[in-house]
Amino acid sequence: MLKKLTASALAALVLSTGAGLAAGEGGHVTDYSFSFEGPFGTYDQMQLQRGLQVYTEICSACHGMKLVPIRSLAAENGPGLPEDQVRAYAEFWEVWDPELRDYRTALPTDNFPESGLESAPDLSLMAKARAGFHGPYGTGLSQLFKGIGGPEYIASLLTGYTGGDIEQAGTILYENEVFESGYIAMAQPLYGDDVVYADGTEATLEQEAQDVAAFLMWAAEPKMMQRKQAGFIAVLFLGILGVLLYLTNKRLWAPIKRREKDQPAE
Amino acid sequence: MAGIPHDHYEPTSGGEKWLHRRLPIVGLLYDTLMIPTPKNLNWMWIWGIVLTFCLALQIITGIALVMHYTPDTELAFASVEHIMRNVNGGWALRYIHANGASLFFVAVYLHIFRGLYYGSYKAPREVTWIIGMLIYLAMMATAFMGYVLPWGQMSFWGATVITGLFGAIPFVGETLQTWLLGGPAVGNYTLTRFFSLHYLLPFVIAGLVIVHIWAFHTTGNNNPTGVEVRRGSKEEAKRDTVPFWPYFVIKDLFALTVILAIFFAIVGFMPNYLGHADNYIEANPLSTPAHIVPEWYFLPFYAILRAFTADVWIVQLASFVTGGIIDAKFFGVLAMFGSIAVLALTPWLDTSSVRSGRFRPMFKWWFTLLVVDFIVLMWVGARPAEGIYNWISLIASTYWFAFFLVILPLLGVIEKPLAQPATIEDDFKAHYSGKTGGSKTIVSPAE
Repeated sequence: MLKKLTASALAALVLSTGAGLAAGEGGHVTDYSFSFEGPFGTYDQMQLQRGLQVYTEICSACHGMKLVPIRSLAAENGPGLPEDQVRAYAEFWEVWDPELRDYRTALPTDNFPESGLESAPDLSLMAKARAGFHGPYGTGLSQLFKGIGGPEYIASLLTGYTGGDIEQAGTILYENEVFESGYIAMAQPLYGDDVVYADGTEATLEQEAQDVAAFLMWAAEPKMMQRKQAGFIAVLFLGILGVLLYLTNKRLWAPIKRREKDQPAE
Repeated sequence: MAGIPHDHYEPTSGGEKWLHRRLPIVGLLYDTLMIPTPKNLNWMWIWGIVLTFCLALQIITGIALVMHYTPDTELAFASVEHIMRNVNGGWALRYIHANGASLFFVAVYLHIFRGLYYGSYKAPREVTWIIGMLIYLAMMATAFMGYVLPWGQMSFWGATVITGLFGAIPFVGETLQTWLLGGPAVGNYTLTRFFSLHYLLPFVIAGLVIVHIWAFHTTGNNNPTGVEVRRGSKEEAKRDTVPFWPYFVIKDLFALTVILAIFFAIVGFMPNYLGHADNYIEANPLSTPAHIVPEWYFLPFYAILRAFTADVWIVQLASFVTGGIIDAKFFGVLAMFGSIAVLALTPWLDTSSVRSGRFRPMFKWWFTLLVVDFIVLMWVGARPAEGIYNWISLIASTYWFAFFLVILPLLGVIEKPLAQPATIEDDFKAHYSGKTGGSKTIVSPAE
């Protein structure tokens, strides 16, 4: 086991093949603009609620979100569902209770269920796990200046199906322009008009893809808005402190520097 | 303390005298804080304070994180997400701790390169330099083990690759690797011991930091001219120095504030920028990521590790001479550790009698190239090892060794140094006379 693991790890280390390059740079990821980009960007509550609807009606058939507590849907800086709606929403799910040794109706204090389909990855952190764009040439500049990250990747992936497929070792793989290898095991999940939005927004494919991508970003980073606010306050106060310390330092050193100037070298 | 003559603490009140006879702790603190410091120190001398702050920040946030973290392969990943979602301010603790490691390394690299440029490693400060290198090694070990704790994909595979390096050592390698891991492969026993050591090592670093400070308080600070403070009398020393408090405390705090503003902008607005996205996927021993990359601060040495592949003639020579004991893998490991060893040996590799790079016209250029080389190695370390990148990393690695083993010893012989100022006072005067006051120095913090 040790030898095998080490060998495969060292192989990956020494070879780090073209797939690595592709993984680092991504396919044709579209730079969608999301409301939460930039230092002052915030989540669009209506969009998160639409995304939740897409997740619930489509994605959750196979995928889970086991790290996200259902109660966090009530978060003010998130989807912001009223308490009674969160309670009603929780009843939609069945979760495994290790004490009862049985499934029971979920409570808001439970997390979302795990993936129902074993090969479907958990989506709790997907928007952060797919943010690995460090292009061009590994400098990370496109991530820094364009803000391209996980949500852009997810939205692009969901709209990146070409309709083609191949069979490989008994599994059908679907052609996708965004996925690294070009073929993905997940069948095209969204076509447009897959859901009827409660708020009346037209459910085009692009709309659904962006809504669910935004929702998954919130699921991965629920404290983003608090974080940006705290960051802004920290920078502001440190800026003020910096100015005060600059002036203090200047005044403190003035006599030392003046003394040198007034007494020319003998 | 020995060194620069200055006024020592004299207890005045009855209470002070009582304590001083029993425990001269106030005197120790006074002498430490009031140490005469060369008054011409520039803005590159602020990193020591930044580093001390980083250590404190990491220990404090780390202690709080430990209260909520679970070192178990089944639970570790979820417990980190529990910190991010459910613990009050947990996201801030974790992001500060994770990015704090990056700030720590930004500062330590600038601190080390400052020492290299101004010859701070030269006699009589070799011990300070060596202790510093030990701190740096302990920092790398701590950071590496800390990165394993969230138990993401990069945690697991990074641990597998790095401990695999020890496995490349001939004869004892496999035993050593098993001993480090606590078992046949990276597993729960690895996570628990890394957790234990990740908690222990910062306190070892704190101890080493005290010795580091003790050492340079004994010799006195180096300074941008490399000229020693005059020690003939208190009066003479006073003309070259100012007390650390308040002059450098306030200056350093100002610099620290500017750096922290940048730091908190990163924590607040782009906390995952310096990390690897794959670490948000839970560790899976059955799925190797396409691209295993260490954290940015290890990349230069990672590039050196990968640079010496089996088709490089020196590797083939080594393999031939040793009858195959040194293969490409082991050669890479030797090169990586060697690249840090040559750094530690700098005091004895540099033959020049002039300390500061300011008065070394040739050294200046080779040093600049070394900094560029370090950045190139950092960049190429994250690139796939193929095609042109192999050549870049090989050339850059070769320069790294050439600088320390060939250029540095030779320069001392062939270089004609410029005239140095007689005293620090002269340098300070030359800098400030003819100006209308204020300093012309420019703050250039992190990165």
